[in-house]
Amino acid sequence: MTSFFQSLGMSYEGAWFTATIAGILLIALPLMLAVAMIIYAERKLWAAFALRRGPNVVGPFGVLQSFADGLKVFLQETIIPSASNRGLFLIAPIITFTVALMAWAVIPFADGVVLADINVGLLYILAISSLGVYGVVISGWASNSKYPFYSAMRAAAQMISYEVSIGFILICVVLWAGTFNMGGIIEAQKGHVLGFINAFALNPLLFPISVMFLISAMAETARAPFDLTEAESELVAGYQTEYSSMAFALFWLGEYANVLLMCALNAILFWGGWLPPVDWAPLYMVPGIIWFFTKILVMFFIFAWVKSTVPRYRYDQLMRLGWKIFLPISLFWVFLVSGYLMYTGHFA
Amino acid sequence: MIQVISFYLFASILIASAAMVIFARNPVHSVLWLIVAFFNAAGLMVLIGAEFIAMLLVIVYVGAVAVLFLFVVMMLDIDFTELRAGFVKNVPLGLLLAVILVAELILGIGAYRAGAVKLGIPEAGPATVSNSVPNIEAIGNLLYSKYIFLFESAGLILLVAMVGAIVLTHRRSHGTKGQNINSQNMRRPQDATRNVNQPVGQGVEL
Repeated sequence: MTSFFQSLGMSYEGAWFTATIAGILLIALPLMLAVAMIIYAERKLWAAFALRRGPNVVGPFGVLQSFADGLKVFLQETIIPSASNRGLFLIAPIITFTVALMAWAVIPFADGVVLADINVGLLYILAISSLGVYGVVISGWASNSKYPFYSAMRAAAQMISYEVSIGFILICVVLWAGTFNMGGIIEAQKGHVLGFINAFALNPLLFPISVMFLISAMAETARAPFDLTEAESELVAGYQTEYSSMAFALFWLGEYANVLLMCALNAILFWGGWLPPVDWAPLYMVPGIIWFFTKILVMFFIFAWVKSTVPRYRYDQLMRLGWKIFLPISLFWVFLVSGYLMYTGHFA
Repeated sequence: MIQVISFYLFASILIASAAMVIFARNPVHSVLWLIVAFFNAAGLMVLIGAEFIAMLLVIVYVGAVAVLFLFVVMMLDIDFTELRAGFVKNVPLGLLLAVILVAELILGIGAYRAGAVKLGIPEAGPATVSNSVPNIEAIGNLLYSKYIFLFESAGLILLVAMVGAIVLTHRRSHGTKGQNINSQNMRRPQDATRNVNQPVGQGVEL
């Protein structure tokens, strides 16, 4: 895109700057639209799982429900509790929202369609997703209220726990792909299994960790069954208790942008990103972005499915799963995968 | 041009937020300023082309260490006025530490410049890194060949610290109830419930 702006007669730096801004807008604005639609889709899915109708009033089949909600929230008054820490109280939802958008910078949507094609793409994702906890922790503390504070403490412990095993899972993938670059990881999956299936997940050695990654992703985004941070039966609404209006909506948007990001990561790391599922020439006629979005939507369906069917974990079960099961298994898997790759001469 | 602007931006925010860590009245604010400082340091690392170090800085310090700081600081009930009262008393000690640290830095850099220090395999000079190799590969090649002993011993030191922390905190206390996960997982509906087909008009015998 830089060269396009250069052809309009701009200097390189000016063109680069304009191209980057345009790229950010091209990702962020559709993402917001996607979040609005995905919230509607998820509510419809939950309704279907519970044999209800779901939103069906605003617009045809209720598709405009999210926009109606957005408008309502926008017109509400922002209430700031008098005992709260005013500045941090307002910064917290902005942090959650911004961090959720930032990680999309390195996601490749199709071959070469990526805002920042950096060598350490996966590490960048890991770094950014580890920031997600700050929005929750700061909001919990700044609210100066009991339940949000409990929620913040839970969130801090939970996200650190699952990040550890996610890190080891990512190392297995990186060992096999031989690069931290997101596009490189996708390229490495071309014809990976039996020479024609484009997915790490169908490799017998990587399948178990792809399942573990899916579960860890749910825990990392604090989705059901791991939504202990906003468990309404124990903590009212968790860290969002004192929030209203746009601040609340920012948490909501950030959370769903994060969920979409985790779905996209699943698609990229284990299911071949923008590659078609099978390495067969006619399938490459379909643009890569369509394969990628299809994979994201399938992943999102799994997330919604789990959320509507699996009961919530107890907190000690959550911690046990993270530290006593996922951590040892993923650590062992790093040895297993690297041992296998050394044995078969993958690195030579 | 953009690089120069970003360098001065990162550097000035870094210094300002580092100062705010010390001057903030509330310890929670201090930790948050510390996070801002880490971030801008990572930005500086990116500017000199060390993107791997930058990402590690964010992952390790912002993602883990600062969260734990925040966790602890939020839980503590600190009396700020009492904390401030000790300030004047501790100034000489703090200044002394600062002077020692600066002296050590100067000594270290001076010795390195003089070429007297040889780390790792003795006869080799400073490691050369070409620009074409990605950061991670370059670091990996050096860590696992030239600096393997230093690297491994750093790992051992961390292991010792980890074991020490576990030994210090892991006490088996008496009289506390824990969850027995195995028995919970083995529990079946039949163990806890039973179906009673009770004739109408008679009470259930429990």
